[in-house]
Amino acid sequence: MAKYILRRLISVIPTLIGVTLVIFLFQRLIPGDPAVAMLGEHATEENVARIREQFGLNRPAFLDRDALVEGDLPGFFDSQYVRYFSRLLRFDLGDSIHRRIPVAQTLKERFPATLELALLSMFIALLVGIPIGIASASRRNSWLDGTTMIGSLLGVSIPIFWLGIMEIMLFSVFLKWLPSGSRLSPGVSITPVTNLLLLDSLLTGNFAGFWDALKHIIMPAVALATIPTAIITRMTRSSMLDVLQEDYIRTASAKGLSERVVLYRHALKNAFLPVITIIGIQAGSLLAGAVLTETIFSWPGIGKWVYDSILGRDYPIVQGVTLLIAIIFLLVNLLVDISYALLDPRISYD
Amino acid sequence: MEPLMRISDLKTRFHTQDGIVHAVNGISYDMHVGEVLGVVGESGCGKSVHALSILRLIPIPPGEIEAQEVWFAGRDLLKLNDSEIRQVRGREIAMVFQDPMSSLNPVYTVGFQISEALMLHKGMNKKQARERALELLNLVGIPEARKRLDNYPHQFSGGMRQRAMIAMALSCEPKLLIADEPTTALDVTIQAQIIELVIRLQEELGMAVMWITHDLGIVAEMAKNINVMYAGFIIERGSVHDIYHQTRHPYTLGLLGSLPSIDEAPGTKLISIPGLPPDLIGLPQGCPFFARCAFRAERCRLERPVLEEAGSPGHTVACWRWQEIDAEKLRKAVGGAL
Repeated sequence: MAKYILRRLISVIPTLIGVTLVIFLFQRLIPGDPAVAMLGEHATEENVARIREQFGLNRPAFLDRDALVEGDLPGFFDSQYVRYFSRLLRFDLGDSIHRRIPVAQTLKERFPATLELALLSMFIALLVGIPIGIASASRRNSWLDGTTMIGSLLGVSIPIFWLGIMEIMLFSVFLKWLPSGSRLSPGVSITPVTNLLLLDSLLTGNFAGFWDALKHIIMPAVALATIPTAIITRMTRSSMLDVLQEDYIRTASAKGLSERVVLYRHALKNAFLPVITIIGIQAGSLLAGAVLTETIFSWPGIGKWVYDSILGRDYPIVQGVTLLIAIIFLLVNLLVDISYALLDPRISYD
Repeated sequence: MEPLMRISDLKTRFHTQDGIVHAVNGISYDMHVGEVLGVVGESGCGKSVHALSILRLIPIPPGEIEAQEVWFAGRDLLKLNDSEIRQVRGREIAMVFQDPMSSLNPVYTVGFQISEALMLHKGMNKKQARERALELLNLVGIPEARKRLDNYPHQFSGGMRQRAMIAMALSCEPKLLIADEPTTALDVTIQAQIIELVIRLQEELGMAVMWITHDLGIVAEMAKNINVMYAGFIIERGSVHDIYHQTRHPYTLGLLGSLPSIDEAPGTKLISIPGLPPDLIGLPQGCPFFARCAFRAERCRLERPVLEEAGSPGHTVACWRWQEIDAEKLRKAVGGAL
């Protein structure tokens, strides 16, 4: 198993190099110049050139063909990508073009907000999706099953931005129960431990802080959770329906086990492999889905930040955030593969 | 003597989109303590469904179970509530199923799956249940049982899995063991071992055994009485001797005739029963075997025969013409060459 994990971790490296290439390419396919975006349309050409020079934007994206023609070999390799990559090898994500501060620093500040939102959404999705999926599989074609199927269809179909706006309209504007944005009310503070506010407030016994943080996070978390909840519900249901046909389920019932034990002990563990695969995929889309949700709820995470950075053509930030999301996605899927072996004794990686 | 189990007019139906499937159509019989009963019939004749109905393991809906009574050890199983019937399952009536490859849960160890019933019904703790599971594996003849406790089903061969299934079924010393074609999926040598094992255990533990099979040869070795089922009816019932030597129902005759025998003269053809069992959705008005019967008469088409005593006590047959039937006539009727 250790060998397998090591092999998988090593295979992450070429994938990440591929990711950097793709981000680099696609970013530069979008029209727009960071220097112009920064200085405004009426900037002098001189100033634009100075900024381009300063951030190396005057160099070609990947390789300099002209330099090769002139026989300038170092010049051939002196491109934006090679510069970026060599910094990356020193764990330097570069500086933001607009704010001139290291991307890594802002990432560290903002990532916990996104992580907290994604974790809570996943928690909601699992807490709702799995039991409902099981219940509706065990009562197939009942009204509960019908409602679940319709509900989950709505869940995958409703656009997050629309749902987010409706939530704000209802709970913030009309009912005035919940705040419409940010992580905490002004004046409330929570001593940082992990920078996950719900966790930190509990760890430090700050219940007022917990309540405030919860009121802020609940709407974006629910909005972000709708798609994963719907998908996990459907997957759990269909996977359970398959497993409930199996002979060993009948064996378990014939032993005299209660329906609950049969469902949760004998069926669920077998039905969980496909569900876990879906959870892994959803973990990735939660981070990506955070872009919309965070923008709607002014959530100070990486999603809103990367959205602003794409508009401002702040390449290093977009590269840094995308790379981080890719790493998380790869690690989550590694965890998914490892958990297969833990759940099913027939799967072994040795 | 009061019977261990008395089934009266058991009916099981399934409501499907195509109509109501009449899987079991009013069967009645008694089983005594320690009795070995063979239930014989071809696929889809309701043998398994009737057994699952006794334990109420039929999903409802689409299933529906109805009976005058399913009396077992002093109470009507159909009148028990959910938690009471669970007390019967595994503890008083245990089942072994056909396919040992799929009847064990792949994600739990064999030891755990045997222990489970012990912890549930006998109130044992984990350690006690494990020790008992070890004894049981030894009892059913699994070598190196202690090591095998922590194996998963995929590490067992087919025959060993069936032994493990039997160990699981016996764990709570049931009064009745229902073996639903437990040897069908196994190869012949293993089959013989499993049959021997169950016979030995039945004698040692004195439990009643219901052995469901389509193979008349198997039950001849072990059973005392045999129920022959067809299209959800018991069409003939009697002792092994009655069924084999005083055969009364044309269907039973056909079943017996389809068995190859080592004593027969070379060149003797096996009897095959022409046609297929009736559609269980639209059962014929008269005898369910009518369409395939070589002895059919007008009465058989119109009136459904009921079980009546045929010659010896305890031997019953559902056929209007049983007195006129014997093997020789069947051979002639089906075509002289038989």
